Amino acid sequence: MATVGRALLILGLVAALYGIAASLYGARTGRRVWVDSGRRSMYAIAGLMTTAFLILEVAFLRSDFSYNIVASASSTTTPTFYKAAAVWSTQQGSLLLWVFLLSLWSSLALFLTRRRVREIVPYATAILLGFCTFFISLTILFANPFSTTSNPPREGAGLDPLLRHTTMMIHPPMVYTGYTMLTIPFAFALGALITGRLNAEWIQVTRRFALAAWLCLGIGVLLGARWSYTELGWGGYWAWDPVENAALMPWLLATAFLHSIMIQEKRGMLKVWNVSLILATGTMAIVGTFLVRSGILSSIHAFVSDPTLNISFVVLIAAMVISSVSLVTRRRVELRSESQLDSLLSREAVFMLQNLVLVALTAVIFWLTFFPLISEAITGTEQSIGPPTFRPFVVPLALIIVLLSGIGPIIAWRRVTVANLRRNFTFPVSAALVTLILLLTLVSGVGAHIFALLMFCFGAFALAAVAQEFFRGVRARRAMTHEAAPVALLSLVRRNRRRYGGYTVHAGIAVLLIGVAGSSSFQHQRYATMKPGQSARIDGYDIRYVKPTATASPQKISFGAILDVTKGGHHVTTLHTTYGLYPSEDPSLGVIGRFFNSGSDESRIGLDAGLTHDIWTVVDPSTTPLQGFITKGDRLFASALAAAERAPVAQRQAQLNLVFAYRDQLINELTQRFVTHPWAATFLLIVSPLVTWLWLGGIIVAFGGLIALWPIPVLARRRVRSAAYAARLARELA
Amino acid sequence: MLAFLLVMVAAAAVVLIVSAPFRRVEVDGGDAKGEESTSEVAELEAAKEAKYREIRDAELDHRTGKLSDEDFQSLDNALRAEAISILQALDRARES
Repeated sequence: MATVGRALLILGLVAALYGIAASLYGARTGRRVWVDSGRRSMYAIAGLMTTAFLILEVAFLRSDFSYNIVASASSTTTPTFYKAAAVWSTQQGSLLLWVFLLSLWSSLALFLTRRRVREIVPYATAILLGFCTFFISLTILFANPFSTTSNPPREGAGLDPLLRHTTMMIHPPMVYTGYTMLTIPFAFALGALITGRLNAEWIQVTRRFALAAWLCLGIGVLLGARWSYTELGWGGYWAWDPVENAALMPWLLATAFLHSIMIQEKRGMLKVWNVSLILATGTMAIVGTFLVRSGILSSIHAFVSDPTLNISFVVLIAAMVISSVSLVTRRRVELRSESQLDSLLSREAVFMLQNLVLVALTAVIFWLTFFPLISEAITGTEQSIGPPTFRPFVVPLALIIVLLSGIGPIIAWRRVTVANLRRNFTFPVSAALVTLILLLTLVSGVGAHIFALLMFCFGAFALAAVAQEFFRGVRARRAMTHEAAPVALLSLVRRNRRRYGGYTVHAGIAVLLIGVAGSSSFQHQRYATMKPGQSARIDGYDIRYVKPTATASPQKISFGAILDVTKGGHHVTTLHTTYGLYPSEDPSLGVIGRFFNSGSDESRIGLDAGLTHDIWTVVDPSTTPLQGFITKGDRLFASALAAAERAPVAQRQAQLNLVFAYRDQLINELTQRFVTHPWAATFLLIVSPLVTWLWLGGIIVAFGGLIALWPIPVLARRRVRSAAYAARLARELA
Repeated sequence: MLAFLLVMVAAAAVVLIVSAPFRRVEVDGGDAKGEESTSEVAELEAAKEAKYREIRDAELDHRTGKLSDEDFQSLDNALRAEAISILQALDRARES
């Protein structure tokens, strides 16, 4: 089936090239059939890529090691759940996933717009097919997922232990969905610039895809943070890693775009800004894809560097930037604003400021992410950048974002009077002040963390502002309809999904950033080396190492520890943390050594998560005390194996089986020494407040995004021949 | 052989999908003019929906206390006048 998979890729490439030609010919000649044919080539590619992806999935599920990537990223012992996810743990498989998702979402976009924006669609189709051509070419020429070997190994290398995590099943497809969906507004924006159709329609068409991309990318980023927190064994959720930043940057730009298009829709303003923003967002999505694939910046998430692949991406990004800049420059007259800002005290002004802050934040992250590369180019030495470099820039900007997320919902469009300001700001400002007083009174030492304190106050302001908006909306609805409060709330949200979905997102962002401020400013962390029975104290908690645990199987060796957490003599929780070692396929590491010195390891954290704080721990049981046994065992077993291989052919297999059975028994006994003769293990202990708020905030943001994304009821389009337009307007608005 | 057959089936399916528009009865010639009018209608529909949303937002802003009665009246009148001119343009475009 590998041959079929390869042939499907080639067919996909041919269909994409044909589609580009057909779409452009149709656009130039005005012949609809060619445009339709071009669009249909995208459907065909979606079918081909789906089939190709399924072929690869089946190969992984069947552990068909004749496929090189199956042998390198899976094994017969990999759980089925992770075999399916192992496809996108490889460069080749993830590229195929990219083009598969791209063709799928592009087909959906082109299907939904088949009778709309007819002048723009052919160009958008050609651009989307151009992306397909690029990515399919990469899979054919440089990263073929269907390459096979005539001499397949009996066993595969297995999936990287760090990727054996539930969120890893969802995180990459969500991020890729976000990236691929962002190419759709990019393509339509470029199409609008080419044709000069720059009015409300292209925005109406692309807004929904921009929102869906924003939602998926956001969920993907959050799942990545969760994976980092629970899997990587360092206790954090965000390390300002280049690949993490690569996903965050287009998300920030998409957030700015989703706000600023409202100004264009309402006021005909910011046309250049909006089109530039969405073009930059689409380009950043490709930059993000490039960063994951290129390995140009060191990241635990990146694939191995491939110079040919890197050059291809640089060419694509350059083409995107050049075409965007030249088209925006060419259309600058048509993109002139239709009106001007009435007042600096208006929602438009707040949105503009928020846009500037988001773009500034993106620019800072971009600069600091690429700084190691820039410093290397200039000085010849790569200067590494860590989280402390980001904080002085990012924290103040994040504070402004939370403050604006509170101001935005309660300030009116166009202009605001002092009386209205007083009426709308009294409750949120009071909530912020009460929070400030309560924190300063009740939480000792909070005053020393000024940024965190401000974040709590601004967060309270934003949450109060959103709550006030919901309350007043429900009250107004009830005054009109006399519905019960829950019914009025549902009706209000249903009839104004964008508005109240947006407000929910704002509340979620406030909750999320309160969690970030709390957990990063008030975290207690220490390393403690303990033997069973010993205790360590952290933030008032006594953590006692109760007993070690150990398990061994041919697939994994696991050392663990049971810890008892008490506070003031009262039991709080019991934690179990483990450290897993996976055997290497490298025989040079020794018959036994490959189980203990493989380099493939994973940590399972012990976590007690709560609304106020998390108690987090991970064990690092050094295998040094076993090294003497391991080295000796390796030597003995090497000679035993050599002897078994010299045995007569008829007896050889039986002898080898005996040696391996004895090896497994010895490994089991070595592992059990950790329980019977325990040595000291090192624990990383963390007590971190409000981490749960981060995840809750993320869930609220996703929920709000879904509300905003949900389709609005289609307005009845009635033809009224009379001149009673006012009546018609009232009727259609009702 | 099976692989070859499967690839041929896939290729035939692709050809069928992309050639479907050509197999329909083609109404050529009038395409360009018809499309121009359709585009204008679609654009006006988009403008109309944006304006409706703006009117609704202003109403909600008024009801939730973000706009005073006076401000709302003048804003609502202006928005409705703009909406009416869009409706008129829409009807003209449809009739043409």
